[in-house]
Amino acid sequence: MYDVVIIGAGVIGTFIARELSRYNLEIAIIDKENDVANGTTKANTAIIHAGYDAKSGTKMARFNVLGNEMFDEICNELDVEFKRTGSLVVAFNEDDMEKVKTLYQRGIRNGVKDMTIVGKNEIKDMEPNISDDIVGGIYALSCGIIDPWNLAIGLAENAVDNGVKLLLNTEVIDINKTEDYYTILADKQKLKAKYVINCAGLYADRINNMVASPSFIIKPRRGQYFVLDKDAGNLFNTVIFQCPSKFGKGVVVAPTVHGNVIIGPNAEDIGDRDGKHTTAEALDYVRKASLRTSSKIPFKKVITTFAGLRADTNIGDFIIEESKEAKGFIDVAGIKSPGLSSAPAIAKYVVKLVDKIAGGLEKNEKFNPIRKRVLRFSKLNSEEKKQIIRFDSKYGRIVCRCEQITEGEIVDCIRRKAGATTVDGVKKRVRPGSGRCQGGFCQVRVMEILARELGKDMSEILKDNIKSYILTGRTNKGEGRC
Amino acid sequence: MLEYDIVVIGGGQAGLAAAIEAKKNGIDSIIIIERDKELGGILQQCIHNGFGVHEFGEELTGTEYAERFIDQVNTYDIECKLVTMVLRITNKKIVEVVNSEDGYMCIKAKSIILAMGCRERTRGAIIIPGTRPSGIFTAGAAQRIINMEGYLIGKKVFILGSGDIGLIMARRLTLEGAKVLGVAEILEYSSGLSRNIVQCLDDFNIPLLLGHTVTSILGKDRIEGVVVAKVDKNRKPIKESEKIYECDTLLLSVGLIPENELSKDVKIRIDSNTGGPIVNQIMETSINGIFACGNVVHVHDLADYVSEESKRAGRNAAKYVKGEIKNSKNVIGIISGKGIRYVVPHYIGVDDIEEYIDLFMRVDRVYENIRLSVISEAEILKEVFRKRVCPGEMQKIKLPLFHFKDRKISSIKIEVREGG
Amino acid sequence: MKEENIICIACPLGCNLQIIRNRSSIIIKGNRCKKGEDYAIREVTNPTRILTTTVKINNSFLNRLPVRTNKPIPKDKIFKCMELINSIEIDAPVKIGDVILKKTLGLNVDVVASRSMKKV
Repeated sequence: MYDVVIIGAGVIGTFIARELSRYNLEIAIIDKENDVANGTTKANTAIIHAGYDAKSGTKMARFNVLGNEMFDEICNELDVEFKRTGSLVVAFNEDDMEKVKTLYQRGIRNGVKDMTIVGKNEIKDMEPNISDDIVGGIYALSCGIIDPWNLAIGLAENAVDNGVKLLLNTEVIDINKTEDYYTILADKQKLKAKYVINCAGLYADRINNMVASPSFIIKPRRGQYFVLDKDAGNLFNTVIFQCPSKFGKGVVVAPTVHGNVIIGPNAEDIGDRDGKHTTAEALDYVRKASLRTSSKIPFKKVITTFAGLRADTNIGDFIIEESKEAKGFIDVAGIKSPGLSSAPAIAKYVVKLVDKIAGGLEKNEKFNPIRKRVLRFSKLNSEEKKQIIRFDSKYGRIVCRCEQITEGEIVDCIRRKAGATTVDGVKKRVRPGSGRCQGGFCQVRVMEILARELGKDMSEILKDNIKSYILTGRTNKGEGRC
Repeated sequence: MLEYDIVVIGGGQAGLAAAIEAKKNGIDSIIIIERDKELGGILQQCIHNGFGVHEFGEELTGTEYAERFIDQVNTYDIECKLVTMVLRITNKKIVEVVNSEDGYMCIKAKSIILAMGCRERTRGAIIIPGTRPSGIFTAGAAQRIINMEGYLIGKKVFILGSGDIGLIMARRLTLEGAKVLGVAEILEYSSGLSRNIVQCLDDFNIPLLLGHTVTSILGKDRIEGVVVAKVDKNRKPIKESEKIYECDTLLLSVGLIPENELSKDVKIRIDSNTGGPIVNQIMETSINGIFACGNVVHVHDLADYVSEESKRAGRNAAKYVKGEIKNSKNVIGIISGKGIRYVVPHYIGVDDIEEYIDLFMRVDRVYENIRLSVISEAEILKEVFRKRVCPGEMQKIKLPLFHFKDRKISSIKIEVREGG
Repeated sequence: MKEENIICIACPLGCNLQIIRNRSSIIIKGNRCKKGEDYAIREVTNPTRILTTTVKINNSFLNRLPVRTNKPIPKDKIFKCMELINSIEIDAPVKIGDVILKKTLGLNVDVVASRSMKKV
């Protein structure tokens, strides 16, 4: 019997798991996918918003501002790339400028610190490559960029280090409510839990409906993005939003913590929760819209495009509450943007809810908040490079040449608790295949290392989910014929 | 710090040919740095025949071709570091390398030869919309998996792009029991060699869909199909012509890109047309003493041309070490005129001209019955007739030294002139 | 008289060949060398191809050894030949040119190693 079962191992689920592991609780976090951070956490803008965007008085506004302030500490503890680059909302005309001022006022009401209204010249100083058509905007110092994958993975690793059980490939089929506990029926097993926390993202309504009557509907909203080569990485210094206008909500142009440029998203309401595909039309829209921010964006340097789904609901705000019909069942749903920015504050709040429901929680004295990420060989100086190779010669073998990633780093990310078991799992943790060759050279080498470390044949290695096989058998000996 | 006269970066065809030639020209202190477990580079996965007709007068497989060069490297006792990656080069010609045995180290060179080859253009770079399932491979990556690792990549395959590697892989996959449904090419002509269309597609009744492209990728975990459409004159897909091909594999053969991260890092000047360094006729880059050859300069279609160009780089790197390169200010610019996409070399250092200059070039589209003219101001220096030229087949013009000797020419231009 | 246009595959140049067949003779046009003429005649009488593939190898640093037929084989024998090659495995070391299969399928053609591979 678990005290708590958390359904969904995205950034929200893993954050709650980690925060609850500060207490003496038996916790399991389960996910239907083959790795943590495989839903909305996998594909988003990777921004920690300042907090002026959400309507004042909403949970979104409150948790965004609170959450934003917590990122320095959490990223320090978990060794996650995070950089406060600041953000700009740029106006292209006087109408826009009025809206910018409204946003500024809203920011003040929401409690955002360090915002200023800036003029064209100040913006041009900050962003020399920005369009000459801008007239001014807001600059918010507290906005930042982050590696959301490493955040969720760091949280999962830290949670597991502190005693949480992580169960992947565990899809919830049904939940039975009894007097004192819940029985979660997954495809291969049954889990019993006193409290259930529903962080199922795009499927949160279905999970809720297993124990209570429908109170919200998830409406997947798709956003599509471009990622540019590091060659273009120094084009922009801050996260640049366009002022919402009659041309639409506008798209973001931002640097990433890894030195690329990210451009997107658009917003499409789609019915399909699996509809994570890109379309020519939407990409074209994003491209054209972004050129308003700067005509210098080099679309020749695109290395990949992707689509992500945000779990919007019919409610219009985050849903973070104990179900009215199911005691001990907490919905954490509708965590759309600014969900990532709000995650630390949401997690703290959910801990309070659990504390209240349980009538007090006992501190885990052995809780260790520190997690070290896989070291980054490319960031070491020459003396450190020499040392680490002497310590383990696997750091002397570069596997991914685009990102200069060594075998040592790949092995480390596989051997960890909550470690990588797939090609995409390795990519999310240490980035081989994220560079300009997109795995053309290194994918086979990564597969070879995975096979060796996991004691498998190379043909058993998956790209991502269970059905995403890469190889279809061996040549010769007549295998794999149709 | 280790010191060598010449450090060759890359042990593929270009690096091997350059190193051997430098050795033949009197330089003993040479080292080849290779990231793979063995020398030979991409040739080791090219098990098909068709190599060496110019160089050896017989038809070899890629592996046989590589072995002849590797044998020479061994005979000449040229030093190599395998499984070794170059992290950086500096303009003082210090090469930072790393491997498991020696760890991290710096090598001081008198001359450096860049021979890093190229990489394949990816799905991401050409922006094919759709899902992101497994089962999408670049043709070269698939070639390595099948021919060297011994694994199969799928049973029903669609191929996008009619580059030579794609065509070669269509045959290879068919021989290994896969069904190749078709090869789509966005252009109205194939970018591969005609012989490969005959012996890789026609022989196995594999359809070549000219003027077609993949407009979407289907399937959640493993690819389940591709949407293929005709394109209009502006290469925009025609929605009404869309057709779904059910497949478990998509192979991409959509172009190669010179791999110049090291060159860019040390601020060697790059030609945005070729994606490679700007070089003169002795294959010297914008940094004196740093030479470049093979696919790192521009993508070749024949290994023999790589060998030829690389020998020139090796020979002249040797001269550079011996202090025989003049590097005077006396230069002639080379201009890509009408119908020419690029020419390599980019300029001529007049005082370092050997007996002749090889101009390699690509045209910008298909032409029939044309002349390729080398012009200096109004004077035609040389003209060659071609029945048919296409961008996929590199053109070569030899210019003897006498054209330049004791003459004041500031630039030459190469252009396509229509009409025989 | 029968006329046929084919592309020569004897070398990368890919000449366009014109084959004119009478009852008693074959005339080839468009070739730039003797190889082209030979190819064209073979192509209309008994089309042949060099087969290149791999064979399973043990005790080496790669799993597969590239092999080729040392002469062209009839086109219609290609898949039969593949089956035969796929049914065998060999042990390292191998030298380039080593015969892997002698007189394959009763033809006067050997399958030979197209690279050397050391034993590890």
